Amino acid sequence: MSGFQATAGHGDPHSLGHGAAREHLPKHGGGHLVSKRIVTGYGFWIFLLSDIIMFSAFFATYAVLVGATADGPSGHDLFDLRNVGVETACLLLSSFTCGIASIGAMTHRSLWFYGAMTATFVLGAAFVGLELREFAGMIAQGNGPSRSAFLSAFFTLVGCHGMHVSLGLLWLLTMMAQVYAKGYRDDILRRILCFSLFWHALDIIWVGLFTVVYLMGVGQ
Amino acid sequence: MSHSKQINGVDLVDSAPGDEPVEDDAHGLVAYLVGLGLATLLTAVSFFIARTTLVWPPSIPVALCVLAIAQMGVHLVFFLHITTGPDNVNNVMALAFGVLIVLLVIVGSLWIMSHMNHNMMPMDQIMQMQR
Amino acid sequence: MLGKLTWAAVPFDQPIPLIAAAMVGLVIFGVLVWVTVKGYLPYLWHEWITSVDHKRIGIMYTLLAMVMLLRGFSDAIMMRSQQAMAYRSEGYLPPEHYDQIFSAHGTLMIFFVAMPFVIGLMNFVVPLQLGARDVAFPTLNSVGFWLTATGALLVNISLVVGEFARTGWLPYPPLSELTYSPGVGVDYYLWSLEISGVGTLLSGVNLVTTVLKIHAPGMTYMRMPMFCWTTLAANLLIVAAFPILTATLAMLLLDRNLGFHFFTNTGGGNVMMFMNLIWAWGHPEVYILILPAFGIFSEVIATFSRKPLFGYRSMVMATMVICLLSFTVWLHHFFTMGAGADVNAIFGIASMIIAVPTGVKVFNWLFTMYGGRVVFTPPILWSIGFMVTFVIGGMTGVLLAVPPADFVLHNSLFLVAHFHNVIIGGVLFGAFAGYNYWFPKAFGFRLHEGLGKAAFWCWFIGFYLAFMPLYVVGLMGMTRRMQHYDVAAWRPWLLIAALGAAVILCGIILQIAQLTVSIRHREELRDETGDPWNGRSLEWATASPPPVFNFAVLPHIQGEDAYWDIKQRAIEQARLGDEPAYTEIEMPKNSPTGFICAFFATFMGFALIWHIWWLVAVGALGAFTTFVVFAWRDEDEYIIPADEVAKIDRANRSARREALVHLQPVQ
Repeated sequence: MSGFQATAGHGDPHSLGHGAAREHLPKHGGGHLVSKRIVTGYGFWIFLLSDIIMFSAFFATYAVLVGATADGPSGHDLFDLRNVGVETACLLLSSFTCGIASIGAMTHRSLWFYGAMTATFVLGAAFVGLELREFAGMIAQGNGPSRSAFLSAFFTLVGCHGMHVSLGLLWLLTMMAQVYAKGYRDDILRRILCFSLFWHALDIIWVGLFTVVYLMGVGQ
Repeated sequence: MSHSKQINGVDLVDSAPGDEPVEDDAHGLVAYLVGLGLATLLTAVSFFIARTTLVWPPSIPVALCVLAIAQMGVHLVFFLHITTGPDNVNNVMALAFGVLIVLLVIVGSLWIMSHMNHNMMPMDQIMQMQR
Repeated sequence: MLGKLTWAAVPFDQPIPLIAAAMVGLVIFGVLVWVTVKGYLPYLWHEWITSVDHKRIGIMYTLLAMVMLLRGFSDAIMMRSQQAMAYRSEGYLPPEHYDQIFSAHGTLMIFFVAMPFVIGLMNFVVPLQLGARDVAFPTLNSVGFWLTATGALLVNISLVVGEFARTGWLPYPPLSELTYSPGVGVDYYLWSLEISGVGTLLSGVNLVTTVLKIHAPGMTYMRMPMFCWTTLAANLLIVAAFPILTATLAMLLLDRNLGFHFFTNTGGGNVMMFMNLIWAWGHPEVYILILPAFGIFSEVIATFSRKPLFGYRSMVMATMVICLLSFTVWLHHFFTMGAGADVNAIFGIASMIIAVPTGVKVFNWLFTMYGGRVVFTPPILWSIGFMVTFVIGGMTGVLLAVPPADFVLHNSLFLVAHFHNVIIGGVLFGAFAGYNYWFPKAFGFRLHEGLGKAAFWCWFIGFYLAFMPLYVVGLMGMTRRMQHYDVAAWRPWLLIAALGAAVILCGIILQIAQLTVSIRHREELRDETGDPWNGRSLEWATASPPPVFNFAVLPHIQGEDAYWDIKQRAIEQARLGDEPAYTEIEMPKNSPTGFICAFFATFMGFALIWHIWWLVAVGALGAFTTFVVFAWRDEDEYIIPADEVAKIDRANRSARREALVHLQPVQ
């Protein structure tokens, strides 16, 4: 409780910076002058940037290949914006509930944490389910990824995001289990910080995705 | 820089990306609610514009891009708590580097590939153009 | 049950790889037996394999690089001898085998020699230079190393089981597509690089975070040694470029395994997109390799010139400018693919601009030496050799950056000579300089100087003999990767090149001799004080080899050349600083996570190559379980008590006190 409120630097007479008062400043291990929370969060931030750069390669490929339909269907023929709208709503709401969950974790309010994490899981699973249904429908019509370069790029870009969400769901369950088994320990709170960064970043990628792939695809 | 406190010359004002710079959880909740509201609004406008016939059609992709970038900004500020404060300098620098690389990869690839597609058109199409 | 894997995968009809593999197998078996009989196995497991100590991991990276250098160099010898023989004849290597050799040579040398060598040196040195006790993510670091080792292992398994890619070190489609490369060779390439690429990325994240966040008090960014800056730049490039490689190779894998159409000739695929993306990774990659080498030279030249680095700030600027510019030049690797004049011109100019900050660096090194009292030890010989060689390589590079010239020279041996000129003359010379320079820090004794110098001269002369002729035949029109030829004029040059390779071989033998002799005479070469070279940065402020916690008390840094200042103060006052108050130290516990992860990853990679799907599932599940088990542990640190810290540090302080008498103040 007090740890969360100390973020603004109050109760920090030695000016050791944000977060330093949240856990003891490790004078020994690693010789860190910054708290482990900052180091871990920053490292994960760097990892996320690399992940986003990976997506940029898939985005670039999609943009280059979007016209290469090999006489097959284009996005205009395939995409159902109603479905995409529901998916977007699910992911946006799950980003919100994920934020609630991280507040719950920091303030050690189990009801908030477990409730919001469960909501995040349900919304994320609904997103993955909708996406899988969309994919299955397209493949059933013979418009699978091997139909054309455009569809290869579409399935890879959207599928890669979907896979990230699925892995995120696995991670989410692991985090709930860890909190259940071990409580709100510093190292577990650090992992929850990383998880919420991951989940919000996936939502940011989805914004790019529904804009470039679906909305622009339908407009063509 | 004026906010940074120095001990032995090390800039110690720092915070983890994603950590809220707020005093209590009510404020945190408000930030998420504001973010959710803004993001919902921007998403709704995007979906509306994509299918509308009210605006000049070629402007639609540009509008969609602007809306998407705005929404990414909303997410960064209200969900990821990226600020311009001195404690966030490192996080913002890393983000700027990442965004630069993303832009270079996407814009560079599109530019190069459009020129290649233009110059290396299949032979039958070049023949047709020459007629 | 075993997917595509049958006995036919073992090349019983090809004696060369089989004999080579049998030899390697025998050596590995012999080492294992020796280790087991001597009872070293528990020591290896507890002290090395499960170690999360950045120094140990750095040494293991370097060792991996050196072993792979031998493998990659034997490929080189085979290529040079084949081309020396194959004038109007088939030589001794059939084309399908020769193609695998040049592909494996490039892949190994870049990914499993140059990369682990520089990553190993960065891992070992950077935390010491920053005055830190460890890296930001010790266990992640171990995972990164073992995944890299997995990739190297998979490439070498391809020698015996199946085949390696015949597509060159970058598998350009459509040749690398299933239609034209139906075997498992390209899959070996792709999966080993996907796995080791993850390892490299983890290592990059770790080192970026370490340099930016973990410092001794007072070590501000503008006081960091040059090697830390180049490490930062190189690892930012790793973090930014390797995801592009992962994505590109993943697309090729999807093409090959699931019938996608990214780079195929049919279905609307676009071959050019592969070249575009692979070089968007590939050009930053060469700077990932060379920037750490620049850092090593900066350290070595300053130390042995007995002067601070000239133009430190301009050097930092030049490093960061190169870091950004390296992402704006990738098209110069495919000028001839038809992007057109305006695109080519812009990328050509950008490529030439990148020579400017590099030139700044060369002048800074020269001015550092100017007026200094240069001590000619092996590390500085490698550095001077580098400056001469790299400038030549850089100038042929600027020549190739001119699109019209590139249209003539592309894909010729001129190009091959150019990139060997910069990679051997830059990266490898840098790695060897660093190896000679930091070896005493790692093991507590110096390397034999005479043999080190002899090895340098063999490498240096051998390099010029081997590669200058390739410039000539390149200009005469010889293309790269030729299995045989019938142009009489090329032959003498190729014979000289083969001779050069033989001289380099002497250099390698001398290096092995240097290591063996040094180990035997380690008592005479012992470094008692931890400062054998009269160094300037913090790694020389602790014992050799450093204790697990690096520094008993964290030093307080008051300027650039942190250790030099401390040392000069001690010389002036004719005494060391007061003995500090020792406190207990927390260090991360060792963990087998990395090794076990890599164990599963090896099986998963092998199974993916051969389509053994059940084994893929087992591997993936195993890796995930390993992570959860790791995340579940409660104790991840252990405490070293204060009196043990004091005991270790006092021993080093007394050695330094004795040595202090012999040191003279420098004006």
